[in-house]
Amino acid sequence: MTAIPMLQPTTPWTLPRRGPVGMLFFILAESAIFAVFVAAYLFYIGRSLSGPTPREVLQFPVAMTLCLLSSSLTIHLAVRALRSGATGKFLRYWVATILLGAGFLAGTAREWHELIVEHHLTISTNLFGSTYYALVGLHASHVIAGMTMLLIVAALGLTGRVRPVHVERTDVISMYWHFVDVVWIVVVTVVYVIGR
Amino acid sequence: MTLQAADTISSIFAPVSTPAAKEADLAKMVLVLSAAVFVVVAGLIAYSVVRFRGRAGEQGTEPPQVYGSAQVEAAWTAVPVIIVIVLVLATGRVIHEIQAAPQPPNAVEVTVVGRQWWWEIRYPKLGVVTANELHIPVSDSGVRQPTFLTLESADVAHSFWVPRLAGKTDLIPNKTNRMWVEPHEAGTFLGQCAEYCGTQHAHMLLRVVAEPPEQFARWVEQQRQMADTAPADSGAAAGRRTFLKTACISCHTVAGTVATGRYGPDLTHLMSRATIGAGVAPNTRDRLRAWVRNPDDLKHGALMPAMQLDDEQLDQLVNYLLTLR
Amino acid sequence: MTTTQFPIAADTDESAPSVFDRLHEWVVTVDHKQLGIMYILFSLVFLVIGGIEATMIRLQLALPDNHVVSAQAFNTLFTMHGTTMVFLVGMPILAGFANYLIPLQIGTRDLAFPRLNAFAFWITCFGGLLLYSSFLTAPALFGGAPAPDVGWFGYAPLTEPTYSRGNATDYWIIGLIITGFGSIAGAVNIATTILTMRTKGMTLGRMPLFTWITLVVQSMILVAVSPLTASLILLLLDRSLGAHFFDTQAGGSAVLWQHFFWVFGHPEVYVLILPGFGFLSEIIPVFSRKVIFGYPVMVAATVAIGFISLGVWAHHMFSVGMSPAANTFFAVSTGLVAVPTGIKLFNWIGTMWGGRIQLKTPMLFAIAVLVQFLIAGITGVMLSVAPFDWQLTDTYFVVAHFHFVLVGSLLFAIFAAVYYWYPKATGRMLSERLGKWHFWLFLIGFNLTFIPQHFAGMLGMPRRVYTFLPERGLEIWNLVSSLGVAFQVAGVACFAWNLIRSYRRGVVAANDPWDAWTLEWATSSPPPAYNFAQLPVVRSARPLWDLKHPEDPDWHYE
Repeated sequence: MTAIPMLQPTTPWTLPRRGPVGMLFFILAESAIFAVFVAAYLFYIGRSLSGPTPREVLQFPVAMTLCLLSSSLTIHLAVRALRSGATGKFLRYWVATILLGAGFLAGTAREWHELIVEHHLTISTNLFGSTYYALVGLHASHVIAGMTMLLIVAALGLTGRVRPVHVERTDVISMYWHFVDVVWIVVVTVVYVIGR
Repeated sequence: MTLQAADTISSIFAPVSTPAAKEADLAKMVLVLSAAVFVVVAGLIAYSVVRFRGRAGEQGTEPPQVYGSAQVEAAWTAVPVIIVIVLVLATGRVIHEIQAAPQPPNAVEVTVVGRQWWWEIRYPKLGVVTANELHIPVSDSGVRQPTFLTLESADVAHSFWVPRLAGKTDLIPNKTNRMWVEPHEAGTFLGQCAEYCGTQHAHMLLRVVAEPPEQFARWVEQQRQMADTAPADSGAAAGRRTFLKTACISCHTVAGTVATGRYGPDLTHLMSRATIGAGVAPNTRDRLRAWVRNPDDLKHGALMPAMQLDDEQLDQLVNYLLTLR
Repeated sequence: MTTTQFPIAADTDESAPSVFDRLHEWVVTVDHKQLGIMYILFSLVFLVIGGIEATMIRLQLALPDNHVVSAQAFNTLFTMHGTTMVFLVGMPILAGFANYLIPLQIGTRDLAFPRLNAFAFWITCFGGLLLYSSFLTAPALFGGAPAPDVGWFGYAPLTEPTYSRGNATDYWIIGLIITGFGSIAGAVNIATTILTMRTKGMTLGRMPLFTWITLVVQSMILVAVSPLTASLILLLLDRSLGAHFFDTQAGGSAVLWQHFFWVFGHPEVYVLILPGFGFLSEIIPVFSRKVIFGYPVMVAATVAIGFISLGVWAHHMFSVGMSPAANTFFAVSTGLVAVPTGIKLFNWIGTMWGGRIQLKTPMLFAIAVLVQFLIAGITGVMLSVAPFDWQLTDTYFVVAHFHFVLVGSLLFAIFAAVYYWYPKATGRMLSERLGKWHFWLFLIGFNLTFIPQHFAGMLGMPRRVYTFLPERGLEIWNLVSSLGVAFQVAGVACFAWNLIRSYRRGVVAANDPWDAWTLEWATSSPPPAYNFAQLPVVRSARPLWDLKHPEDPDWHYE
């Protein structure tokens, strides 16, 4: 075996941490997926041949948006608390995030119920229905995936297994959660502002 | 109707129409440039492999390590950039010449609707409807008369390609495309669908007959005639009755009768066409009979069903069809 | 001094592990080297299957009006051949090489996320098996095919439920969504590894070129495969929930599918070919005995290709009816991407120039790539000239072009890579004699098959036709093209035999049989599970050159 000499390192050798870098690459891929759904949405605005129009059936989702945006704040505070060692405060903010996320999902469920039952808008009704349910549904499924991760961490936290040394992992999850939030801002703009 | 061997070759380098000729000229320029590039670069590769081959005695020593050269990199970046600029300028010009060509007022207008697996052809201003065979006038250099085609599709994506006349343009449902051809000599030119459209994509053939303007006008006149309402032959009359009473009329049109179906080809002048099944067989009594008996035998997957006729009905029906000139 | 020997307990089992133990080890492994080999073996199996599909295609097209297979079967064959070669051979085999080589080349012990690595492999496996299980399902109603027959790019609305009855297309969609997850997971893993786990001293400017190219490729996968996944989901919504994304009867757009697909499809072909360039950038210097000419330019050209390739996609759509402005834009961008690609070719020539070329099997394949890629690049530039493309698109000219890229360039480069790194992975050299037989047979066969197809295209033969008419001037080109298959089969047979035979009977390989310069050659052949006893420290892009030439190390020049 050829011996590799240990040369004197001239500067300390630090590379970025793999958790956050991995999550950033993952977010890059997810952004590309969302971009296609958004492009389809924008392309088909005004092109439905029939059926209810966005203006007739959509209302700006104030409560849902507030829930999700605040949940980004709470998760940020949770991670900060954990970094400084306040595991109790971490858990409280983490659970608050989960509750706000649940509020968002409840809002989506309510909105969809109203659209389907009262306005008879489904994914197969017209192009608006197809693009709306696809885009909002894709986003909601990502919220659900995030909630699953949050719940797992909450369960671990409630049984005392989450300690300050795990802060990077919670930070990686919070990056994902912030991404989901940013996507919501894009969805709201495209669906409830531009599209109407 | 047989064709001489030469007529059946559809080379993109034997253009007879303005767009195809422009494309062929541009193509020749590109080919010459490409050949030059190939000769130079392949020559360098061959030379370096031969000249710099390691010899037996040189084992153990390494040649001088050359890490790069800014000048060399600049040179072999600049030359390709120049070549690309030249190509792009020529390309842009020809794109414009073909796509933005204005339609003169006397241009023949044809609407082609692509269907699985045949071509519906309509001349809206001339009142002519036919299928699979396109007749167009030869364009004189003095009084130009190109043909402008509007391309639509009734089902999936197809592509109209007759190499000697023009490059291909797609027929896409829910989209209208336009193209033009301008033949300078008479003849029959062959093409086919060039966008995979399902089972019988390979048998969605095209025949374009370019003929002198007087001959074209005679063809138009003939195509505008209604079908003969009372065929003399009793067998043909019986066949006509069969045709009008069975489901044939729900798909086919025969002008002057109650048959006004739009799903299948217009049969009013069926016998004026050289082939049936969009080119899958010549239009002879025998092949026509086989087709009507069971289209799937000639063109597996064809959307026309077998009409379950017995031999006598079949013969009578074919006799009737043979009157549709 | 006496050596102390620990007493060995009487019941210690020192026999070799059983077959089941070994199988179990491979099934549960998270080691990048084992997963890399598994990816490669998976791909080679599908290479043979895809090759059989191609052979049947060429048998059917050897003569006009032939009846070897039905129209339906033929349409399934070309769909499955294309889908298999891109997604079950190209992507996984390159993932396999990246998996195997990257940790070794950057001097670390494994990828960033070993379990994710295993997940990516097995899900790729599952997706491929799901796709192929479509052959086992009964034919659909109304004569729909059991296995997918919509072409590897599945244009709408042919893929909509109206025109694709039965479940064949669903197998295609779901199979590709699943393998897409595998590609994305692998890309996250490999890109993260390269950015965060390089050994001490290995700045980005000191990475081997294969590693650099892999970084660009994996980033492209994240941005390119995702649109395919998204589009497939939209199509699945159309087919299963009655959505109308590509339903032209409801106002949907067939062209939108094409845009979405080619936004994936074009970067995808660069994702496929760039790793081949990476192989060449390792092999040509070693067998020319010279450092790569223009390392920084090679990196810049790769990054340029990565970015520009995201902006050329609609050159697949020149006949769709876009405006003159759009057509011109894409002709320009496509011409532009040819420049950095050409630069790479010139730099390889510059590397060989003044060298001492050794014509071992890896180098034979590499040199063939240079010429064949030159041809592929030139026909690509021809296709970028939109009016010329209006005649050539969707014909056998395009088929010839992309086979010159994917077989003549990529597959030849993969063969070169196998001959080069097989000793490292197995500890045995492949036979040079069999290698040369493989090379010459395959070279002849490949060119016999694909050169005539250029002419068939120019004589009016479209793609995806299960037969062609006599008297169209196409017979000779198709016949010669089909004859080439025999040589290719013979060549691949030599290759397979070489791989199998050399595993037990090949010459034992040293750590560094080619006298090369990157870190994978600094450990044993095969490497131990932990790769390196001590993680190395490097000062240049060729750490072993520096060790072998202490009087003239690379870091004097960088």
